[in-house]
Amino acid sequence: MDPKQKALLEQFQARIDAEEKIEPKDWMPDEYRKTLIRQISQHAHSEVVGMLPEGNWISRAPSLRRKVALLAKVQDEAGHGLYLYGAAETLGADREDLIDELHEGKAKYSSIFNYPTLSWADIGAIGWLVDGAAIMNQVMLTRTSYGPYARAMVRICKEESFHQRQGYEILLALCRGAEAQKQMAQDALNRWWWPSLMMFGPSDKDSKHTAQSMRWKIKRKTNDELRQQFVDVTVPQADFLGIEVPDPALKWNEESGHYDFGEINWDEFWQVVSGNGPCNRQRMEARVKAHQEGAWVREAAMAYAEKRSKRREREAKAAIQVA
Amino acid sequence: MSPHQAHFEYLLRLGDNALILGHRLSEWCGHGPILEQDIAMTNIALDQVGQARSILAHAGKVEGKGRDEDKLAYLRDVGEYRNVLLVEQPNEDFAFTIVRQFLFDAFNFHLHEALRSSKDEQLRAIAEKSIKEIAYHLRYSSEWVIRLGDGTEESHRKMQHALNSLWMYTGELTTPDEVDELMLEAGIGASLGRIKPLYDEKVSAILQEATLGQPESGYMQSGGKNGKMHTEHLGYILAEMQFIQRAYPGMEW
Repeated sequence: MDPKQKALLEQFQARIDAEEKIEPKDWMPDEYRKTLIRQISQHAHSEVVGMLPEGNWISRAPSLRRKVALLAKVQDEAGHGLYLYGAAETLGADREDLIDELHEGKAKYSSIFNYPTLSWADIGAIGWLVDGAAIMNQVMLTRTSYGPYARAMVRICKEESFHQRQGYEILLALCRGAEAQKQMAQDALNRWWWPSLMMFGPSDKDSKHTAQSMRWKIKRKTNDELRQQFVDVTVPQADFLGIEVPDPALKWNEESGHYDFGEINWDEFWQVVSGNGPCNRQRMEARVKAHQEGAWVREAAMAYAEKRSKRREREAKAAIQVA
Repeated sequence: MSPHQAHFEYLLRLGDNALILGHRLSEWCGHGPILEQDIAMTNIALDQVGQARSILAHAGKVEGKGRDEDKLAYLRDVGEYRNVLLVEQPNEDFAFTIVRQFLFDAFNFHLHEALRSSKDEQLRAIAEKSIKEIAYHLRYSSEWVIRLGDGTEESHRKMQHALNSLWMYTGELTTPDEVDELMLEAGIGASLGRIKPLYDEKVSAILQEATLGQPESGYMQSGGKNGKMHTEHLGYILAEMQFIQRAYPGMEW
């Protein structure tokens, strides 16, 4: 490495170690920039794809109050997608290119959204578990080293914790309701528990990005640490609901002060990541369809904007000539 | 029809219009042509379902039979719904959605302007609160009618097609019937006779700016607001919307 480059790199690491935020115009290693674009755009894609499973129940929400709350929630996810694409653009990425990468299957999004929403209780379970798991990760990211990402996370976290309470409250209503409703809640927990644990990513020993991301303080906790934190927080909440976490190995460990839990089915994890989840194909088809069918709208909006600016120019010229 | 019955019917019309159009728009959520427009359409859907809640809750009180907003929304069948035919028409594509929205908003705006002086205090308060939202809806849909009408050849063609298809559902909006007459007399409802020229003027002006041809007035289909003959679409909307309440009756959610 040439000495100048080496000095820059050392200065950069020193800033990170001193807990300074890195801002868009600052020098940064290419690999740092790439890692962030990858991570932020994955996060943006997850928000947008995540609109689909929940949006699936907007038209069937069981009361008008629930319908409004769910609509507002899914709309928040779209808003998060927008800020995050914006944060990725501060690193020189282009939103259109990022979206193309998603549609071409080159970019990833959170695998959890490849599971189906089969009952109303799933909307509660997504809020409680999926948003709950996301918050663990995102609270950590409010302290991430890249300024615009950290700031986007502060706003997103506030909304996500509201969503999580809303989800839990849906389940609480079911669990305090009729037997059929309680069963619906239990069934949702059975299906969403393990995929939620998988949201934290592969185990630390198999995670190829973790070590460097920790050094650069993009990540501040490992996948396994976050997963354990999630289990510790969530199990008592399930107890309060009166439904059972579907893990026979789950047990409070006095000595460690944590819950022990069973082994994740990593085959399933890798299958879903590589495209073989229950809804991978449908999710991508829905996104691609929306994008393709929206092409004429985007073109027309551009054409109109151009026409209008030309018209204004002509009018301005005419006005000058008259004067 | 008794004035009391007409009052209830009149409120159902307002509430059902807002609910059904809000439902239709909400079908776009997650599938919009641009993320920004996805958000904007959801905003309008949220306003409309919100308005529907206030009006239906009030309608239930006026009826006095213990029906709340959810009982009215979830436990009435097609024949008991009182929305205009226009709002139950399917989304089809973004052109249909925008034209439907504009043709409705232009009416809804003047209607709510008038309802701000209704003798029904609760309705007046709701209209006062809703008018700002509806003014925004009208601005949004007008801008998009212009943008897409005067955009590309393709967008112009799609918009003209949507306009021609939906035009026959506009007559019902401004044609008064017994309920409208009774409510006008009671000082509760708006004068459709006064709204009609304002509506026609707004629609003509925007279509002209959008370079779209205004369809011949011709045959107008009605039957929505009096509930005599809805289109087939409404049954599917209700089947979906009411599924949980029908499958699991009498539970709290």
